[in-house]
Amino acid sequence: MLAQVTDLIFSVTEEAFRREIRDWLARHVPSEPLPSMDTPDGFEAHRRWERHLYDARWAVVSWPAEYGGRGASLVEWLIFEEEYWRSGAPGRVSQNGIFLFAPAVFAYGTEEQKRRVLPPMAAGEEIWVQGWSEPEAGSDLAALRSRAVRDGRRGGWRLTGQKTWSSRGTYGHRMFGLFRTDARAERHHGLTYLMVDLAADGVTVRPIRQLGGEPGFAEVFLDDVFVPDADVLGEPGEGWRVAMSTTGDERGLSLRGPGRFLAAADRLVELYRRVSAGEEAGTDTPNAFRDAVVDAWMRAESYRLYTFRTVTRLGDGQRVGAQSSLNKVFWSELDLNLHATAQRLLGPWAETGGPWLDGYLFSLAGPIYAGTNEIQRNVIAERLLGLPKEPKGSNGEKGEKGEGR
Amino acid sequence: MRLAPTADEELFARTVRAVLERRCAPREVRAGFARGRWAELAEIGVTGLLVPEEHGGLGLGAGALVAVAEEAGRACAPEPVVEAAVAATLLARVDADGRAREWLRALAVGAAVPAVRLAGPGTAPVAHAAHANFVLVADGDTLYGRSAAEAYIHPAPGVDPGRGLAYVDMSMSPDGLLAVRQEQAVTRAARLGAIGAAADLLGAARAMLDLTVRHARQRHQFGRPIGSYQAVKHQLADVLSAVEFAHPVVLRAAYSHEHGRPSAGRDAAMAKVFASDAADLAARSCLQVHGAIGYTQECDLVLWLRRVWALSAAWGDAAHHRAAIAADLLGPAPAPPCP
Repeated sequence: MLAQVTDLIFSVTEEAFRREIRDWLARHVPSEPLPSMDTPDGFEAHRRWERHLYDARWAVVSWPAEYGGRGASLVEWLIFEEEYWRSGAPGRVSQNGIFLFAPAVFAYGTEEQKRRVLPPMAAGEEIWVQGWSEPEAGSDLAALRSRAVRDGRRGGWRLTGQKTWSSRGTYGHRMFGLFRTDARAERHHGLTYLMVDLAADGVTVRPIRQLGGEPGFAEVFLDDVFVPDADVLGEPGEGWRVAMSTTGDERGLSLRGPGRFLAAADRLVELYRRVSAGEEAGTDTPNAFRDAVVDAWMRAESYRLYTFRTVTRLGDGQRVGAQSSLNKVFWSELDLNLHATAQRLLGPWAETGGPWLDGYLFSLAGPIYAGTNEIQRNVIAERLLGLPKEPKGSNGEKGEKGEGR
Repeated sequence: MRLAPTADEELFARTVRAVLERRCAPREVRAGFARGRWAELAEIGVTGLLVPEEHGGLGLGAGALVAVAEEAGRACAPEPVVEAAVAATLLARVDADGRAREWLRALAVGAAVPAVRLAGPGTAPVAHAAHANFVLVADGDTLYGRSAAEAYIHPAPGVDPGRGLAYVDMSMSPDGLLAVRQEQAVTRAARLGAIGAAADLLGAARAMLDLTVRHARQRHQFGRPIGSYQAVKHQLADVLSAVEFAHPVVLRAAYSHEHGRPSAGRDAAMAKVFASDAADLAARSCLQVHGAIGYTQECDLVLWLRRVWALSAAWGDAAHHRAAIAADLLGPAPAPPCP
């Protein structure tokens, strides 16, 4: 048996990969931050940035080369994330597509769908919007009511209903989501995973302003909207399985790698130094937050280590499954913790705004999206610890959600 | 890049677990330290885990200690498993007219039962000194070692009777002197102790969690298992999260220690912070979920509660190690991270 020793060293290839992306970012990251991606100008600026990344083959490093990627390993993808966020590069306007939708396309899409959908998604030409939640279906996703009726004459489906909290819905182009195609089936049966063109007849988008003021998500009203058969992902009626296949396996890993939190933790330490040295306006009692700064930094580091542990497990052929719920709770609370600590360090200046306040407001959403942390803790308790489900009738069957902004 | 216990470590841990499942049931834990169990642990190599091979030990490192200490914590074994490893690393560095060599050989065969104090107030009691036959003490950078018969040892009260706390007066006389100017060795040994204690705490936390999940599945109130209530589920989910996220931190600390990484001190401190915090949370939540039965001596949970209350503060408590991390991280030249 080959003795596999613990080895916390990046290989020569991985180090070379790190240097290459670091150099590229140093030369190309805009010197000034782009406007918010949830403004008309900012949305376009972010799309141009995605195009720039795509042209240099950095947009989707882990995808196969034929769809615009580099076939990078999981470790290389983590390295990419570390360098990307450390460099201060713009947020990813295409993230709902490339991290949440693309895995389902890879797993269930036809060859034609992959070729048609993936490259424009990676290039930022088509920005994908989520179509999971509905007014009466939040955490309880399987309660969704938006329905699709068969149109045999035209070869497709006609959609009627309403989606909400659809991230990027205000300016995005196409929506992926679940629809009820069998009116007699209940809960997670009889659902179909569909792709919807938001420019189609019968679609109305109503932007929703978020806590920070910009319309980062939207309501999407569907009134007899036609979707051709070519835009069904997987088999009709199998939508729940298609959707769940991509939320379980790599939920935390794909949506939120450790890189962004490491970068924020390093900035937090830097902020502490500067405030303590009187080089930046902030609290007059920085010492009171010493432990909080150290804790936030340590938690970011531990998320990184946990991720390397997970990557090792995957490399050993193990599956991750419900452990992704541990990930999700951890990174969302870590992000909140990092930004809340920074806000406290800024003291009376915190309310005057800036990147830390923006980040704080964004982090407040973390425990809510991608499946609320309450739902995740239920999943952890039931699937990892083996505690009994609540009796039926008290809240029925739960479906875990994979949703991000 | 590979962050996981090795196959050898996992195999070794399974062997230790098998011995402890047979020899360290809660009834036996209540009886405290047992020479017979120490001898059996010696047979499979636990007492000589870090004793160099030329002195009859296995010559392994921090990774192996993590695997073994986790099992000791899981079984709540009262024996000084971590202390044996710490004593071995120190003794392997000194000669002292062959005395160190004798103790190393005695450790490997289970004849020596060690107690160790490397830091803290000299007046504080020493864990395991009540059942040890050999005491190792660092006073600053000077190492003293004596057989228990030559030292004045007086049992001290302790929250965990299994730890065998005792006051030790070595009367720092020259005949107990082992070595001088051992600052680096003492620092490294204290790190190893913190890493071992961290692994032990995680094992204890897992044991408490298992016990509590079993209870929450069996105990019914209002016609359903209490474990089906979210108020219970969420507490235990948080315990699992704390343990799962602490584990790679402990594995990394063992690696940094073995490979002499610049961040080794900070990494060991972080391991103890995460493990102490996780075990404290586990103790608190598992007691709460057990309810009144958990607040009794008859429930086995008490064995691990006591262990955690004591061990969480031993080898430097979370606050001590946080301060050390802060000094490095917020100081002029933080150590580069590993990896």
